[in-house]
Amino acid sequence: MMLLPLFERLEASALGEAVRGSLWLFPVVEAFHLVGLAVIGGAILVVDFRLLGLTLRSHPVARLARDMQPWIVGSLVLMILSGIPLFLSEAIKCYYSFAFWVKMTALVGAVLFTFTFRRIVVGAPDGRFSPAWHRAVALMSIGLWSAVGWGGRWIGFSG
Amino acid sequence: MSSWMQRLAETEWSIALHESQYAYAIIESVHVWALCLSVGFAVLLDLRLLGFVLREVPVTHMIRRVLPWTKVGFAVMVVSGVLLLYAIPFRTYHSVFFRAKAILLVLAGLNAFAFHARTLRTVEAWDTLVAPPRAARLAGVASLLLWTAIVFSGRMIAYNWFDCGKRQPAVISAFAGCTPDMIDPYSQ
Repeated sequence: MMLLPLFERLEASALGEAVRGSLWLFPVVEAFHLVGLAVIGGAILVVDFRLLGLTLRSHPVARLARDMQPWIVGSLVLMILSGIPLFLSEAIKCYYSFAFWVKMTALVGAVLFTFTFRRIVVGAPDGRFSPAWHRAVALMSIGLWSAVGWGGRWIGFSG
Repeated sequence: MSSWMQRLAETEWSIALHESQYAYAIIESVHVWALCLSVGFAVLLDLRLLGFVLREVPVTHMIRRVLPWTKVGFAVMVVSGVLLLYAIPFRTYHSVFFRAKAILLVLAGLNAFAFHARTLRTVEAWDTLVAPPRAARLAGVASLLLWTAIVFSGRMIAYNWFDCGKRQPAVISAFAGCTPDMIDPYSQ
């Protein structure tokens, strides 16, 4: 596969070298990655839980979703910015890691779903979409983002 | 306590969990997933107290509808966390990061207790305000800082930088409860 030379180049990048050569950098960046996970997880889950009728039922979905949107975007940026140096430090390991590809596939799916379909449904006034639609969107969102999280955690267990 | 942890580490189930191919990884994944529910929802409450998010949601709604999920997530964190400790009891017990995390968790608990017992008593006066009084905002800031530090120290338990038997300042060895007979298997 032609991606391997690219991953080899990425692993040899200055940032990758720096993270690999440091005792502290990887764990500290990863801890930031985890804090970002808590924030993005909370911001996404609270709207999904609302769609499922599990929390804040007296508040319109669209209001909650609009409030959470900048936090989702902000923490996603933090996740990507902290994720890049982690990836660069072990790009070749990631290339051979099944969990890494699961995570990246799920991430593309989760981002596309969240910023297109989910955004339309949660942005609509209450009543436009049926409770069944709400449940389906919430479960899809939880499923996709969970796959991202689990895939990410399992990169560390492989190899 | 240390010798008790040593004996625990020698039990069949602890060894099985430690050496299992999937069980340990699955428990740790559950621990990370529940982080989103427990810390993620706690952060939302903290940010609401600071007037940064969900400004139209009364604080009492956050306490009654969002906080219970934080508690559910926390219960999962405790159960999965105890299992992780059970898999590697002796080393974890003598980890400076584990001890720091335990202290920080107690502080986070005290902060939450003080907020509920004192600050929240006057909530009717500021329930719907965008910016609650200073005491509530301070509780929110303290909670954000403490949980960030808890996540950091939790992640660092995996690293053996300060394991007993390493050459390190006496204060670190004392904090980790190291005794002179402990040898670091990785530095030999």
